[in-house]
Amino acid sequence: MKYVDEYRRAEDVKKVSQAIAKITTKPWTIMEICGGQTHAIVKFGLDELLPDNITLVHGPGCPVCVTPLEAIDRAVMIASREDVIFCSFGDMVRVPGSEKDLLTVKSQGGDLRIVYSPLDAVEIARQNPNKKVVFFAIGFETTAPANAMAVYQAKLKGINNFSVLVSHVLVPPAMEIILSSPANKVQGFLAAGHVCTVMGYTQYEAIAEKFKAPIVVTGFEPLDILEGIYMCVQQLEAGKHEVVNEYSRVVKREGNLPAQDVIKKVFKIVNQKWRGIGEIPDSGLALADEYSSFDADKVFNLEHINVEEPAECISGLVLQGVKKPDECSEFGKKCSPEHPLGAPMVSTEGACAAYYRYRSHEIVG
Amino acid sequence: MNDFDVTNLTCPIPISDYPNVLLAHGSGGILMNQLIEKIFLAAFKNPILEQKHDASVLEPGKGKLAMTTDSYVIHPLFFPGGDIGSLAVHGTVNDLAMCGAKPLYLSAGFILEEGLPMDTLWKVVVSMAQAAKNAGVQIVTGDTKVVNKGKGDGIFINTAGIGVIEHDLSIAPASIREGDAIILSGDIARHGMAVMAVREGLEFESMITSDSAPVNAIVEKLIASDIDIHCMRDLTRGGVASALVELAKSANVHINIEEEKIPVHEDVRGACEILGLDPMYVANEGRFVCFVPEGQADKVIQIMREYSDAEEVVCIGKVSLDKKGQVTLKTSIGTTRYVDMLSGEQLPRIC
Repeated sequence: MKYVDEYRRAEDVKKVSQAIAKITTKPWTIMEICGGQTHAIVKFGLDELLPDNITLVHGPGCPVCVTPLEAIDRAVMIASREDVIFCSFGDMVRVPGSEKDLLTVKSQGGDLRIVYSPLDAVEIARQNPNKKVVFFAIGFETTAPANAMAVYQAKLKGINNFSVLVSHVLVPPAMEIILSSPANKVQGFLAAGHVCTVMGYTQYEAIAEKFKAPIVVTGFEPLDILEGIYMCVQQLEAGKHEVVNEYSRVVKREGNLPAQDVIKKVFKIVNQKWRGIGEIPDSGLALADEYSSFDADKVFNLEHINVEEPAECISGLVLQGVKKPDECSEFGKKCSPEHPLGAPMVSTEGACAAYYRYRSHEIVG
Repeated sequence: MNDFDVTNLTCPIPISDYPNVLLAHGSGGILMNQLIEKIFLAAFKNPILEQKHDASVLEPGKGKLAMTTDSYVIHPLFFPGGDIGSLAVHGTVNDLAMCGAKPLYLSAGFILEEGLPMDTLWKVVVSMAQAAKNAGVQIVTGDTKVVNKGKGDGIFINTAGIGVIEHDLSIAPASIREGDAIILSGDIARHGMAVMAVREGLEFESMITSDSAPVNAIVEKLIASDIDIHCMRDLTRGGVASALVELAKSANVHINIEEEKIPVHEDVRGACEILGLDPMYVANEGRFVCFVPEGQADKVIQIMREYSDAEEVVCIGKVSLDKKGQVTLKTSIGTTRYVDMLSGEQLPRIC
């Protein structure tokens, strides 16, 4: 398959991993931001191909994992209502809230629909004028344009029974928090290719400069990730800290300008709570004032709901790259995909779930 | 064998009289009698069914009997490459075949939802009759219930099957041995993706067609060719990955497979990539794995290739005793990882 097979060729993978070994003289710690990259690293065993002195730590870029508990609880409350059709991306529906997940709501009679595009939810709203149709608009900059477009279209077409429950997060503020932390071990980043497809990478240039950390915009196939690591190590060894683009077949420096326009039109930047990490200033998106009638929090009067997270899950440390999933005392014991203590064990992109699926035999025997 | 060709018939209950199934069609009166006579008996016609008794009396012949049952609740009822009727035959026939049994008889229990178009029921029943004919089995007994509108999903079907085992092989997980070759009967993941595409209204460049098919003829040929089959397993829900993990655990052996050997059609791979699904966990309805002594692997492949696309019948791996109870996969880039069962259904990823 084009654009896949050529990035999974065993001989090319071998060549790049040998090249990495050749240029590595010191120990380096590199964080891949995106959960999709984490999944590929663990699925293909890419870390096995690296020299021992390169450590990969897994970043906060799993959108399902960082959606705060109170957003799930709000979703559960809305989806439980008889007058609502609640629409969500597939992997949000198994994420546990304080009491239950959305699949449980469905089993109890809630009308929950898994959609592939937020625009499908707008269409459901058009077809069901007597119902309130709510879309769970979560994710990073990657899903923001489509989510924004859904609200934009609903307003344009006067579909007023549609609203969105927004829990959007932004990557650059999270990177700054990680790099500013006294516990930080991360020396270089693989930036998330799909986020940069939308936003470009000019925002990262200031971060690289401020923290003297190289950032490589990286794709998701095995060869992409290894090349990203090579370009990062090359800079670390040379004492450089630039933003470079490994994923140039997709990402442009300025990003996708029409997509950025619709985000700017529909959303505004706000402080945002991250599950496991806490509130990060200016790290989220909320609906801009002129679209506030599409805000499900307001429609259902849920803005007062705040939930504290249980202390036993160390997902915050995992999401910031301070700990690896298998360093958690509950990994594979009290916490498994069947009984997750935290969201990184639920989503397929979550670091804990990826370790559990592909490595639990080695870790817990 | 059913010699009644039903493929070109139109619904024998005139649309003008009964365009939809009524609760009365399940209540034991004249309407129910008409439904049985004009739809089920007309389509499934065979001497045993025509005994019209409370139970059918069978003469299975020599050998041990195998029996299985399965219920079919698929939505949508029709999908490219099949429908709930053909699936209800293939699924049960294949379960029997996996024990090395020759499938002979099926039962068919229908739970119909009030309001179901009579024409839809007829199409499903015709498809069942055709599938039974192709698989060489007879539908010898049945039952119909009608539930209130909203209490069903159009049609639910349960089939039970009886087959006869006419050989002395012990085909079971416990018979899997170190060194066995694992032969896969064809490309994977087509059924699951075909159904998902229709159910979710996803449009891909080409139409993905289900692999739903009976495999009993292939199995019978293998047995007749003196293949020392150790174990077989059809790759239904949970896909090839879940089936192999189950077998590795129950036989307490180590199964090693190679990702590159596992055939996945290009369109199916593309659809899986877009949705973030792993084809190794996607359902099939006409594929199975067969564990045989390594020395017979080539012969098995040669026989199976008479029934499938030649390049897609392959040896995907071997059995060892290194890591008992585990399945490992050599990835396309040459690394090795464990394969495990999923905790639930695969869900499409956000981005």
